Formats: sequence, C-alpha cells, structure tokens
Amino acid sequence: MEHYNMNLNLKVWRQKNCKSKGEFKLYRVENISSEMSFLEMFDVLNEQLIHDGEDPITFDHDCREGICGACSMYINGKPHGPWQANTTCQLHMRAFNDGDTVVVEPWRADAFPVIKDLMVDRSAFDRIIQAGGYISVNTGNAVDGNAIPIPKDDADASFAAAMCIGCGACVAACKNSSAMLFLSAKVSHLALLPQGAPERKSRVMNMVAQMDKEGFGSCTNTGACEATCPKEISITNIARLNKEYLGAGFTSDK
Amino acid sequence: MDDRMSECFLGVIKNKNLSAERWATNHRNMLDAKIPAGTLDEKWTEYKGHCKLVNPANKRKLEVIVVGTGLAGASAAASLGELGYQVKAFCFQDSPRRAHSIAAQGGINAAKNYQNDGDSVFRLFYDTIKGGDYRAREANVHRLSEVSANIIDQCVAQGVPFAREYGGLLSNRSFGGTQVQRTFYAAGQTGQQLLIGAYQALERQIALGNVKMYSRHEMLEIVEIDGKARGIIARDLVTGKLERHFGHAILLCTGGYGNVFYLSTNAMGSNVTAAWKAHKKGAAFGNPCFTQIHPTCIPVSGDHQSKLTLMSESLRNDGRIWVPKAKGDNRKASDIPEEERDYYLERRYPAFGNLVPRDVASRAAKERCDEGYGVGTSKQAVYLDFGAAIIRYGKIEISKEGKDNASQEEIIALGKEVVKEKYGNLFDMYEKITGENPYEVPMRIYPAVHYTMGGLWVDYELQTSVPGLYALGEANFSDHGANRLGASALMQGLADGYFVIPYTLGNSLADEIYAKAIETSHPAFEEAKKEVAGRIQKLMGIKGKQSVESFHKRLGKIMWEKCGMARNAKGLQEAITEIQALKKEFWSDVRIPGEIEEMNPELDKANRVADFIELGELMCIDALNRNESCGGHFREEYQTPDGEALRDDANYMYVAAWEYAGESKWNLHKETLNYEVIKPTQRNYK
Repeated sequence: MEHYNMNLNLKVWRQKNCKSKGEFKLYRVENISSEMSFLEMFDVLNEQLIHDGEDPITFDHDCREGICGACSMYINGKPHGPWQANTTCQLHMRAFNDGDTVVVEPWRADAFPVIKDLMVDRSAFDRIIQAGGYISVNTGNAVDGNAIPIPKDDADASFAAAMCIGCGACVAACKNSSAMLFLSAKVSHLALLPQGAPERKSRVMNMVAQMDKEGFGSCTNTGACEATCPKEISITNIARLNKEYLGAGFTSDK
Repeated sequence: MDDRMSECFLGVIKNKNLSAERWATNHRNMLDAKIPAGTLDEKWTEYKGHCKLVNPANKRKLEVIVVGTGLAGASAAASLGELGYQVKAFCFQDSPRRAHSIAAQGGINAAKNYQNDGDSVFRLFYDTIKGGDYRAREANVHRLSEVSANIIDQCVAQGVPFAREYGGLLSNRSFGGTQVQRTFYAAGQTGQQLLIGAYQALERQIALGNVKMYSRHEMLEIVEIDGKARGIIARDLVTGKLERHFGHAILLCTGGYGNVFYLSTNAMGSNVTAAWKAHKKGAAFGNPCFTQIHPTCIPVSGDHQSKLTLMSESLRNDGRIWVPKAKGDNRKASDIPEEERDYYLERRYPAFGNLVPRDVASRAAKERCDEGYGVGTSKQAVYLDFGAAIIRYGKIEISKEGKDNASQEEIIALGKEVVKEKYGNLFDMYEKITGENPYEVPMRIYPAVHYTMGGLWVDYELQTSVPGLYALGEANFSDHGANRLGASALMQGLADGYFVIPYTLGNSLADEIYAKAIETSHPAFEEAKKEVAGRIQKLMGIKGKQSVESFHKRLGKIMWEKCGMARNAKGLQEAITEIQALKKEFWSDVRIPGEIEEMNPELDKANRVADFIELGELMCIDALNRNESCGGHFREEYQTPDGEALRDDANYMYVAAWEYAGESKWNLHKETLNYEVIKPTQRNYK
C-alpha cells in the first residue's frame, strides 16, 4: 500500500453544551499520514489545540476497533464517513486526498441531544431496550445449552441482527430520525430464536411504544439507514418488525 | 502463625507510617485466602451448602454498588438485582453496552465436552493452571471450571446467538494451550454477543427498578467507615460534579490496566483508576507485573498510533505463522518458496504447533524479529498465512461437490468462501486498517499488550483486603496465574458475576442486615469528597505546557521497553527512576484545558494517567522482585538453554500482594500457593 501525507481543512461543529448555540469552526491539519485512522487525525488536531491554548474537540470514542459503537461523527454528510460498512474509528485517512475540506458534525436528532461538540446523548436507545429488548430469564434458570436445537439458518439470521452496535448511525442518516433499524434489529434478534418466543408480542409492542415516546420519527422506507449501517443490518429486519408488530396488535390479549 | 502471615507482619513492621499501621489494624488477617476445607472438587459445593444466606425481605434493604458494566459488572449487577438487592451500577461510557468486554473476539471456554474429545471439568482446570504457569490458586480455578458449563446455558437462555452446526447444536473450536475443542463462539464477535446478553439482563433489572444505572460516571474514591468500604465518590462526567453514593458493599468490575503501556488492545478509556483508589485505601494489589502480550495483533505503523488491534487467536486454528529462513529477506511473501520459509512455531513446538499458549507464541515472534528475520517495513512483524488453509478447505468443498478434476483456481475460490465464513469480519478489519487483502497476501502480525493477569488481590469470596470491597473479572488477580489462556477472560468475567458473587456476597451481607444505610452526609463521605475535589483542583491548577497524552505516551514507552515482553533487573531499575521523574514532571507541567464543572475529557484522562504512572512504578518493582520467569513475566536472566521461561518454584511460588505504604513505598505480602492436586512441572508444549 502506497503511503502519503496530506494537509486538510476541517470544518468542525463546536457547541459548548446542550443549551448553547453551536457553530462551525475551521481548522487546518498538516502532514497527516494516509495510514492514520480518522480519530488519530482528530487526536493530532486536539494536541495542536491544547498546545495553542484552545479547547480541544469533544467526541465519543472508546474501542477504536469498530465494535463498541461509541464513535458518532457525521463526516462529509454521511454518518461514519465515506466508506461502506464502517465506523468512524475504522475510517482511515487514505480515504482523503491532500487539500480536501472535511466537514464534521454530530449526529443530529431530537432524541439525541448534543452534550458537547460532537458528543451526543444516546440514552434513548438504552430506554428502548429497557422496554423489552431482553429475554426474561433470571440467572440460574437455564436448561442445558444443547437442549434447544436451533436451525443454523435461524441462528445465523438472529446473529446478523444481533451484530447491531447501537451507534445510532441509522437515526443520523434518516431524514425522519427514525430508530426503526435499531429497534428492528433487536426485535429480530430475539424473535428469530425459540427462547424469545414467550415474550414476542409484548416485546415488540412495548419497544415500539417507547421508541415513539423518545421522539424518534417514523419510517418512510428510504433505506438510508441500511446504506449507512456499519454492521450492514438489513432493512428486511424492519419488514419483520412490522410483521411482528401487526401480528401482535391483532392477536395480543392485552 | 503460618509462613504467609509472618511475611505479612514483617512487611508491616518494616514500615512505620500511618497508612501501614492502619492497614495492619484493619486488614490484619486479610491475606487469608479463605479457601474452604475439603477435597478440591468438593470445595465449592461445600461452600455453597454452608454459606450464610440473606432472606428476600432483607435483601431489599441492602444496597450494593457495582462499578463497571463489562461482563463481570453487568452480570453481577443483573444477578444481584434479580435476587432483590438494591443495586447502583456505574460506568464511564455513555451506555453499559459499550464496556470493553465487547471487543473480545474469539470465544468462551466451557467444559461441556459436547465434542466427546476428552474434555472435563478437571481438564479445563488443569489446562488453566498449567497455562498460567502454576501461579494461580487451585481452588479458584477449579470453581471457575465447575461453573463454566452453566455460563453457556445461561447465555443461550438469554438469546446469545452462538455459532451452531447444521443439526442445530452448538459449535466449538480450538484455542491455544489446549488439545480439545471447548471454545464456544459467535463468529469473531463473541464478547459483543455475551456482553449484549448481560446488558439486556441488566437493562431488564433497570426497568424493574432493582438497578439504578449511572452512565458517564467515573468512580474516583472509596469511602471507608469503621474499617469497611461503605461508599464511593463518583464524578458525573457530563456536569463534572462530584457525587456521594452509599453501599453496604462495593464491587469493582473495572477491567484491566493494559493501557499503562499506552499502546494496547484495550479501549481508549480503559483505566486502573477505580482499582488504584481501592489500592491506596488498603486493598492489596496482586502480581501487578503479570501482563499478557497477545501474539497476533496488527503491527504498529507510526508514531501517531493511538491503539493496537487484535486479530483473534482463533485465527491460529487455520493460519500458519512463519518468517523467511534468511535474515533480512526483502522479497514479497508470495515470492518466497515453501522451502525457504521457517514455520518456527511448528518447528519448535511440534505437539501444539501454532496453538501454543500466548506467552510462548509472543516470545517466539519477538525472538525471530530480534534476530533479524522480521518482515514488513518495520521488520517488527511475522506472517500469519492462510494460503494452506484456503487450499485445504477448498479441496473439502470440491470433494463435497464430487468434482474430480477441479482447477487450482476453483479450489482457491471455494476455500476463500469457507475462510470468509469463519473469519470474515476479522479479515475485513485487517484490510481496513492496513489496506492489504489478507485473502491474497499473508497478514503481518506482532505481539501487543492485551490483558493483565495481575489485579486487586481477592480471597476465595472475591473480597479484597478491605472488608466490603470486592473485585471481579479482569480487575482481580485470581484465576489466570502468570498467563491467561485464550477464551478464558469471558469465562472468568461471567463466572464471577453470574455464579460466584451472588453466593459469596450474601455470606458477608448476612451479617449486615441490621446495618442501616449510612447518610452520605457522614464525615467520611465529606472528607473523601474533599480529597477528590482537592486533587482535581491541584491538577487543573498546574497549568503547565505538556499535554496529558504526551505524558501517557512517555510512560508507555518506558513500560514497553523495560517492563514489556522481556525484562531484566537493570532495565527495571532504570524504569523505576524514570517513572518517578516522569511523575514529578507530570505534577508540575501538565496542561489541562477547560473547566472542572463541564464535560472535560482531558481532565478525565489526566486523572487516569496520574494513576497509571503510580501503577507503572509498582509493576516494575514487582517485576524486579520476581527473580524468575513465569508465563507472561519473562526475566532475561532466568531462562532455559533453549530460551524457555525458567520458574523458581522454591522461592517464588507465591502471589505477590503489595500493600500501599505511602508515596513510592510498598510492602510485600506473600500468599503461598499450595498445589494439592496438580504437580507443577516445567511447561512443555513440545
């Protein structure tokens, strides 16, 4: 792989806290290696800002290997930037060229208020899980792991939905700020497994109710969520969610 | 008075300062491991049969604080909530689901013997003790092995989508240091799936009101009242405000301290702060120098690098590790013919081959690179090659299809499909980071800091030497000795949280049912809060010139070079001096921008790095004290003629539990390890 260095102009959203008004600020970074990750480029910028006596840019990040779901930058109009099936922390600078201007914003959604700069509050997702995103089994209640054979295809499909990292890119990508992809991934993960069957109806009803309460928008099937999801969660999960929801609505005793 | 205790007293007498005296009064008998009587396989059953219980009505009156929400913390908080305790859980991340357990890739061990290949509770116990180079406590490891099967059952019941065979039953694979297939997995995302299982159980308890969750909070002090841990001071990272929280007991599930090396596979936020505060309040730190350097990580690529990425050990099932036979061979991997490649693990360790334990594989890679056989631009890398596996799998697929004369291209294409199904996400990650396609060219890998076997000293009940204060998961020292086997960290975290602490905590809380919750206006809370506030103000007041990051990098460099994969007395002594100087410089020249009462990640980081610096010194002291090589601790002075670790069982078969005794002062207490069942021998993977 050819390595090269680049100079970039950055246009970054700065906002002191959720109450204050934010604005874009311009920064320049020089001699950025194409081998760096996008967040390492931000580290360089922050070191520069600290050196110059300015406030460094606040952003969420932790594992830096694409699995914890903390990072959440909206880069050049796309959540997590230009690469497919990727998180911000795994975006590398070879995606950019010398002289590029890169615009970086936080996730924008009513349900995700800005905490500071590029950091937002995604606790709405936790509350959606609290509404039913689990199987009610206390520790110690379990039967032998092989007592319930599960067809490989079902287990694989369930796993594909369970890969969701809860980053919120689907919400950020959606023009309605809908959380349907996130929600449908959890409903599918559990609905596809026999262990999830007893609570199947109440789960979907309660989780959808909580999603609405949090202020996420409705789904209009534009597919932007699927296109930006770093874990390639399929939009067919939304179809399954709708089926589960309608089915539960018609047949639930409550 | 046994040997263990005499060492303990000696240590205390040596040091006359206040902290040591207090430790002596409060924690006199605390190096008692409290191992139950009976034969090894009866201990845990006996313990469970006789430990004290708290009735459901009383559980509701007892408050438990859980710090950290990784596998150990989330499983403990959920299980204790289910039992009816009032739980408060804390994490520094924005959601408990993001704790670093999520990044574990390969799998989780359990002695299920589903494969009928000779596994058993004893075999898992034996492998873990041997893998740990005979520096772990037998009773704890046996218990771990006993509960391992329950963990899998529990996770399946929660809906963890483990990999399955076509018959619908659970699939297994092999990991290093074992000769059976006992590892359960969910592609390369096992940690994520297990954590989500525990997280969902935790969220359910939050919804039921049994657990109150405090995310974006960092614990900065333990509050001790009448010799017991009774609360914490936590900082709300969004507002910067300090909070007081009472608990009848406190569980630290705060993970490991690999980030003391700056570059590691740990998450950026992983830190030692909670454990270190506990240590400074009297909790002994066990075997701090025992660090695991994982053999298969993506090599460092430049000075700007912020973290290292692991390539799962499961890849060693199919990947073959090699370097060129000639020194300084600059040809591309594909231009080096088979007979000019040195598959050095297969050569040196024919019985285990590429599946030797991590410490052995890491040292072997370092040895080849140090000798000048390394590959890539930095020459600090070896190849992990899937070429043979692709052809092997391709041939199996061809034979399934019943084709007789398939071309090499067809075989390779089908083989790649199989490899993709097994390791696809890891291969994608490798390509994103390096820009190279590992289906076409071998991966380049090099060892990196990954896990810390050392941690807070705990007894059989997971209680530290401070009564009421417990440590679970990677935060404690107990189960992995001097080297952890692959797929055992997830097992231990969940064993501690789901199946151990619900029993052992009850045993001591049964005596607390008359203890009313203490108001957080109590002077001890007041004093602790003042201490924390003073420390933060001091940090912010330095207003120096150098960033926190720059200090952290310098600390990491000292640690990696002098307390890393190979250590020697001279280097460790130098490191101690250098760290002490670095500490002085940090406290006089660090620059932290921003305010105290706001979201200020630089301040959070400064708090953590200050503690890492102190820990780094203790690690070097511990490594210097241990005049032997064992597991991940390799002292260059102590090796066999063919370069293997040379243990000294006569003098070092003990847990080094260090007691904090004031700035740069520690007293050593020794917990002798008694092997009743396993006879320690020189580890042999040949």
